[in-house]
Amino acid sequence: MNKEYVKELIKQGKRMDGRSLEEYRNIVVEYGISPKNAEGSARVKIGETEVVCGIKFEVGTPFPDKPDEGTIMVNAELSPLSSPDFESGPPGIESIELARVVDRGIRESKAIDFKSLCIKAGEKVWMVFIDIYPVNNAGNLFDAAALAALAALKDTKFPKYDEKEGKIVYDEKTKNELKLVELPVEVTVCKIKNTFFLDPTDEEEEAVDARLTVAVLEDGKLAALQKGGEDALTPEDIDRMIETAQKHSKIVRSKL
Amino acid sequence: MTTTTYKKRSDGRRFDEPREMEAKVGVVPRADGSAMFKAGKSLAIAAVYGPRQMNPAFMRNPKKGTLRVNYNMMAFSGSGERVRPGPSRRSKEINLVIEKAFEPVIDTTEFSNTAIDLYIDLIQTDAGTRCAAINAATLALADAGINMKEMISAMAIGKVHDKICIDLTKEEEDMEAVDIPIAMTSNSGKVTLLQMDGVISREDLKEVLRQARDATLKVYEVQKKALMEKYGGKNE
Repeated sequence: MNKEYVKELIKQGKRMDGRSLEEYRNIVVEYGISPKNAEGSARVKIGETEVVCGIKFEVGTPFPDKPDEGTIMVNAELSPLSSPDFESGPPGIESIELARVVDRGIRESKAIDFKSLCIKAGEKVWMVFIDIYPVNNAGNLFDAAALAALAALKDTKFPKYDEKEGKIVYDEKTKNELKLVELPVEVTVCKIKNTFFLDPTDEEEEAVDARLTVAVLEDGKLAALQKGGEDALTPEDIDRMIETAQKHSKIVRSKL
Repeated sequence: MTTTTYKKRSDGRRFDEPREMEAKVGVVPRADGSAMFKAGKSLAIAAVYGPRQMNPAFMRNPKKGTLRVNYNMMAFSGSGERVRPGPSRRSKEINLVIEKAFEPVIDTTEFSNTAIDLYIDLIQTDAGTRCAAINAATLALADAGINMKEMISAMAIGKVHDKICIDLTKEEEDMEAVDIPIAMTSNSGKVTLLQMDGVISREDLKEVLRQARDATLKVYEVQKKALMEKYGGKNE
């Protein structure tokens, strides 16, 4: 829409909403937003962007090479409710990318010990479904979705498993919490021309030349990366973007 | 057949008492109109986009705009197993009956060839979700400035054993209850959605419809309040 205007502003170090380049909008995390049926749930708002995430458990057979490990499945649906730009239908490439980037942060950081999801080695393990839905897309779904997934996982308690009947008693939640060993926060650093900035609005996202999403652990280590956008990045760009992500990941994590 | 007596509702409500309701208008800033409606533990959000160009083109109606409804349960919103994402036979039928529920009141003659897209997402479900969806939807349509002759208010009326009950929970529905979702126009009390699962006598249905009017008027009060909270002004 006003791509050129956004680009020009950013070049001058300014934002349409008056923020500084490395300033996030207000981040709010709310737990237990769908407590009746979900095993865990949360809502994250970053400014006007709102994402909800819920956790459901199922029981499945482990992979033959990992007989004592459960697994996670991350799914994101860019609900047409949340933006005039999203359409109904099967998940498009944008949904898939979003889900996979969130998945990698959690999986690669080993935030969840998959062995803690084992019911009976070689036979039965928990499968944790992480479903993410934007409610209002005002930009930066990556950071919001990753944070919502972490928050929902933090809110999660195992349902009861009836070994004799071989089924889940969903109505009976145990007090057994899902343990998170790591908190891989994702920070997306955007680039327009030679200027870097954080937490893009939907209008700013349209003008972005390149972006890098970095999943950062508490000790500063990196657990997942995703480069996006049309332009190439130099190794110097990448180093600088990672430094920025590391710095700001602490602030984002403190909202949990 | 119905020899058992339903003495006391499982959540302690009176038989003619709806669950606690809450409504808010303008919950999705990017939409042209939006609202949330909560009935007990069932929570729906609705967003309207449009009138906007209808695609595919062959679906365009040169005489008026077309309301397209998309009801969607979030994967974690249902009791028991995860709900598989994507449309189901159930959700498609709900889309149809919600479209028809608004047909008599919505005036889209000014917007020929356009689509009015109404998206409804359920964040949590505990029965009565199509009614919660409709109650959110009518607010979202009003918020989007779509002309409506009257508002629509919906309520599920049920019969558990021998008692007619307003606004069943899932727990009650699972007691082999008769389930009758009803949508009514706010002023004239006409029925724009009527479905039923179960077996009931003609006399009982008459009583159900009588009680539906009272119950939907209670919904209407909550809806009006929500609209006034956003727009202020006089109560019409």
